Amino acid sequence: MSESLPPSLATGGSVPPGPDDRTPLARTADDGGHGTAAQAAAGTGRTGRRGLLHGGVGRNLGLVVALVALCVVGVVTGGDRFASLDNVMTILRLAAVIGVLSIGMTFVITGGGIDLSVGSVLGLASIWASTVATQTMAEDVHWVVMVLTALAVGTAAGLVNGVLIAYGKVVAFIATLAMMVAARGLAEMIANRQTQIVDVDTFLDAVRGDVLGIPKIVWVFVLVAVAGWLLLNRTTFGRRTLAVGGNPEAARLAGIKVRRHTMYLYALAGLTAGIAAVMMLGRTGSGSSTHGMLYELDAIAAVVVGGTLLAGGRGTIIGTVLGVVLFSTLTNVFIINNLSTSAQSVAKGVIIVAAVLLQQRLAARSRGA
Amino acid sequence: MSAHRSGPRRRLVQAGAIAAGLTLLVGCTSNAPAEEDDSSQEQDDGATSANDDSGDTVTIGFSAPAADHGWMGAITSSARAEAEKYDDVELLVAEGTNDVNLQISQVEQFINDGVDAIVLLPFDGAALTDVATRAMEEGIVVVNVDREFSSPFAARTTILGDNYGMGVSAGTYICEQLGGDEDAVVAEIAGIDSLPLTQDRSQGFADALSDCGLEVENRVAADFTVQGGQAAAANLLQAAPQIDALWNHDDDQGVGVLAAIEEAGRDEFIMVGGAGSRSVMESIQAGDSVLQATVIYPSTQAADGIRLARLIAQDKALSDLVEVEVPRTIQLYAPVVTADNVEQYLPTAFE
Repeated sequence: MSESLPPSLATGGSVPPGPDDRTPLARTADDGGHGTAAQAAAGTGRTGRRGLLHGGVGRNLGLVVALVALCVVGVVTGGDRFASLDNVMTILRLAAVIGVLSIGMTFVITGGGIDLSVGSVLGLASIWASTVATQTMAEDVHWVVMVLTALAVGTAAGLVNGVLIAYGKVVAFIATLAMMVAARGLAEMIANRQTQIVDVDTFLDAVRGDVLGIPKIVWVFVLVAVAGWLLLNRTTFGRRTLAVGGNPEAARLAGIKVRRHTMYLYALAGLTAGIAAVMMLGRTGSGSSTHGMLYELDAIAAVVVGGTLLAGGRGTIIGTVLGVVLFSTLTNVFIINNLSTSAQSVAKGVIIVAAVLLQQRLAARSRGA
Repeated sequence: MSAHRSGPRRRLVQAGAIAAGLTLLVGCTSNAPAEEDDSSQEQDDGATSANDDSGDTVTIGFSAPAADHGWMGAITSSARAEAEKYDDVELLVAEGTNDVNLQISQVEQFINDGVDAIVLLPFDGAALTDVATRAMEEGIVVVNVDREFSSPFAARTTILGDNYGMGVSAGTYICEQLGGDEDAVVAEIAGIDSLPLTQDRSQGFADALSDCGLEVENRVAADFTVQGGQAAAANLLQAAPQIDALWNHDDDQGVGVLAAIEEAGRDEFIMVGGAGSRSVMESIQAGDSVLQATVIYPSTQAADGIRLARLIAQDKALSDLVEVEVPRTIQLYAPVVTADNVEQYLPTAFE
């Protein structure tokens, strides 16, 4: 560790130190009375976690209310077309791919960073896992080869991001922007800019279809979300993530290897992009360099709407899941009502702004308390 | 055309009145632009037959990529306009998206809704094949427009433009205009290179040129946008100080291409456009620029898709063919529009 690493550099510095930086500290102090960043960093577990839940419940409640309101609109305008099990599954299937990306994004943002490359990395992983070479190998050996390829490519791309940001001291926004452009380009080069059709039936059988009446990709989303929740809320890794995002300098003083941890966070985001690529391969039966176009923005939107602080230091997996489901329900209701995607984009924008305004108000209140 | 379908709603009798009111409100708002659409898609219907007589109501789901391009915008608006001509067609439009994940979801919603037919212009044919196949298995008539699925089981009928033919038409026209000058410099500004349609167009162009001993000397790819066309053309003109003929694949990006040509003050060559936009046809008509011709890529093919879907769902056939059934594949022609015949094509030009 360097001696006096400025906080903004340690986490990639995508976020200028602003008033929000104080929020995690302020809240920890509220909860425990004597909480310090160092204690939070070392994982004074109980107080930190209680603070998270305390802050999360109200915000999640808002999201639940919004979701319920949206569902009411759906039922009123769509009737049985909206309120059917088939339609619920359609909503969840739509949510699943971006949902998985958003879980990884939650970690990166909670850790005070940002990852603009996940959509492109998804595309790259989908291409790499569906090249003739990979598919031939999958036919000969096992379909898992394709899955492992996608996961490896995603994780490797994430690691490159992480190394650049943590050790190369490249600002996260720029490093991942570069990866976003480069990964898309590499995908186009490998695929020769063509859509690669997946012919490995064993793979398609394995990733398509339902288990217990629920589509497999929805199961994957659920599993990733549960794993993410456990990782963030029940492990040292999660507490370190909060500490690094909240106040990297304090985290460093508390003995956390901030740079290594930051690197892990981006690798994790890459891994989720790899998982999402596998889901996309199954859903579309093809790998394409256009897969995942602009998904990074959808993921960031879902994470922010979910209540994760863009400045880092606070994150909520449940909020992220609700955010993702909120957006995909919105899309569904719009389609049912024959409304244009342009209007939908406007609605999305309004929701994002409303969520951030709410977030700021709550943050201000917790400072004032 | 209301957004609201008369589905069973027994459980919601009470909410029904409110629902209808709200839906009407929402529906009206959404349809306002479509209604005031001074559609230029009126076509001469040709032979009269019983096909246009009102039959069983057909619910058609329609989905296409985002209208981020004039041609694509016209695809959706002409499909809407066509559906409105028939009182037995109820059109559900899931509006444009370039996200295959979302488009799959739209088709899944149509399947849930139990529509009679789906007219689908997929963002990526291969990616939508699985869900289209599922729709077919549910007994829904799937009409594939423009970008082909990767499996023959995924659609009942496919309507295709002729991308290769566009290249051939453009190349043949340029061959005629250059009159056997084998040293002529021919340039090409392509669309998005990753799309098979661009590869087909370029292949057709190259094949037609080689027929008269020419080849493409300078080729750049743009991205179907005005700014992309401007940037690509500026670079191309810089690289090629002397050009005799230029084919630009797409009239939307052509706006940018023309801007770049004007900026460079070049007029020593003839230019041929592609797709057939209104502005390009008007400047061909005016004859005051390097633009002398354009090759049509019909933006009314989704409207054809709506008609065919209706016919198939009503067990009718094409009245001008002897066949009992609607054909499996229909490929459209790519005519060259010049000052001589532009009048004929202006009505179907896209904005």
